[in-house]
Amino acid sequence: MEIILPQIDLKSIAPILVLSIAAILVLLIGLIPNKASKSLYYYVSFLGIVAAAILTIKQFDNNSVSFNGAYIVDNFSIFFNVVILACSALVILLSESYIKQEDINFGEYYCLIMFATVGMMIMTAGGNLLMIFLGLEVLSISLYILAGFKRDNEKSVEAALKYFILGAFITGFLLFGIVLVYGATGSFDLQEIASILKADGSKILTDPMLLLGMIFLIFGFGFKVATVPFHSWVPDVYEGAPTPITAFFAAGPKAAGFAIFFRVFLVSFKELDLHWVKILWILAVLTMTVGNLIAIKQNSVKRMLAYSSIAHAGYIIVALVACNNMAMASVLFYVVAYGLMNIGAFSIIILLGRKGEENTELEDYAGLGFKHPLLAIVMTIFLLSMAGIPPLAGFVGKFYIFSSAMKSGFVVLAVIGVINSVISVYYYLRVTVFMYMKKPNRDFGQLCFSPYLILVLLLTLWGTFQLGLFPSNLINIAERSILILQ
Amino acid sequence: MIVPITHFLILSAILFSIGVVGVLTRRNAIIIFMSIELMLNAVNVSFVALSKHLNSMDGQLFVFFIMTVAAAEAGVGLAIIIALYRRRASVNVDELNIMKW
Repeated sequence: MEIILPQIDLKSIAPILVLSIAAILVLLIGLIPNKASKSLYYYVSFLGIVAAAILTIKQFDNNSVSFNGAYIVDNFSIFFNVVILACSALVILLSESYIKQEDINFGEYYCLIMFATVGMMIMTAGGNLLMIFLGLEVLSISLYILAGFKRDNEKSVEAALKYFILGAFITGFLLFGIVLVYGATGSFDLQEIASILKADGSKILTDPMLLLGMIFLIFGFGFKVATVPFHSWVPDVYEGAPTPITAFFAAGPKAAGFAIFFRVFLVSFKELDLHWVKILWILAVLTMTVGNLIAIKQNSVKRMLAYSSIAHAGYIIVALVACNNMAMASVLFYVVAYGLMNIGAFSIIILLGRKGEENTELEDYAGLGFKHPLLAIVMTIFLLSMAGIPPLAGFVGKFYIFSSAMKSGFVVLAVIGVINSVISVYYYLRVTVFMYMKKPNRDFGQLCFSPYLILVLLLTLWGTFQLGLFPSNLINIAERSILILQ
Repeated sequence: MIVPITHFLILSAILFSIGVVGVLTRRNAIIIFMSIELMLNAVNVSFVALSKHLNSMDGQLFVFFIMTVAAAEAGVGLAIIIALYRRRASVNVDELNIMKW
């Protein structure tokens, strides 16, 4: 057996290299025994992410495949990578005041956010199952630590352990899925699997080994994007983790999870779509319905947003089932819109928290509309956008997804989706009711308005309106990004 | 005598199932973690066997990565378990119940 070393193309992985170097630099800065160095973490990590984003954007329409097909730079991965980098940048802006307030201002915090970002970028650009697995693990291992970063806080440690055990358990299934697919087709490469399945048609397509492997892959990816039978970690981890990390969980890893869902199922398993469309149909209905129904009963805003994030994953899977051009573009749109409104809503939760008390119960929001009218309006806008009220970003996203499902003939699925969307209005508006129609039963005290937090709020607010009023710009870019998958 | 590939795959499936049952029935976080390692190593067995069967190196290559990832996971996982033990003086997962529903 002769081994041929692949060409090393550093240009294609430049964004990842820059980000990794910045992450290591942040760790080294931690060695400086000077208090002032602590603010350096912040700048270095932010600049690292911005530099990586610029390098990534430069690759748009300038595609390449490097490392023997293991690393694919195409418009699809670039779109997702820019979204992921933007989410990480916003989360770093959010974190500054929070981690000072909670006394967890360590370099490792930023370093791990950056390594998690690197993992997500590897996932979206991975051209074979090995790369996808490695990216997923780099992401997961960083997230296990980040979830438990407040290590003196019992909830945070509990969240970390729950996430770790369930995550590692599902990793076993994902690997078993990969080995079965490898056994059936003899390859990990996504393109190669596709051509093998195409070439010898009926025999391999009914191979139980391949089908079981595919189902296990759905387990693994479904866990990452929080679909319903695999969702039990979501509420606990969202509640226990530090709030900026919760915002991160909801935006970045979810986007990356959908990117690999797309790439693996639309590129490799296109021939098997008869089977996976049925499975995903059931998964979508379960995810939307269970997520929304349990969210109704929640009294903690953080937990309510966790269940709502499960429901939103369900909407995106509807588009995956529909699987036409419009549906694919709408997924990219929805990922951006959802990331923006989620980070916005979580930044308000961060604003209202104080050291030691997070103030995330619904009761804590009573009377916010009288004490801080501006904050209450902004929170209401984000919640309405999630509920899908026009003219906000969430409405346009849902509109595209459900109409594309109708177009592909999944009328029942679209109807279930719309009914769910109506149910969700109830629990989003419940927060608004508390903010405007109840008397405050606590003193909000002095809120610490850090300039960075305000910046995040303004950016996400602008984005929510921009995407809602002028969606065509983003849809055009999204349509150009998915050309490669057709 | 050559052992046929199906034997390896059945062995791997049995080991994997033992791991799954271990995770689902045991209550000690460390034993759960050991069961998870068993699942990963069951996958390694099939990778090596399939690699030989298909006459390609890819599978063996994957095994190295799985072992590395398992080691990293062990480092992080044990650290989290220690952090929990310091707070609670227990590693029983049934007691992880501050957050429910």
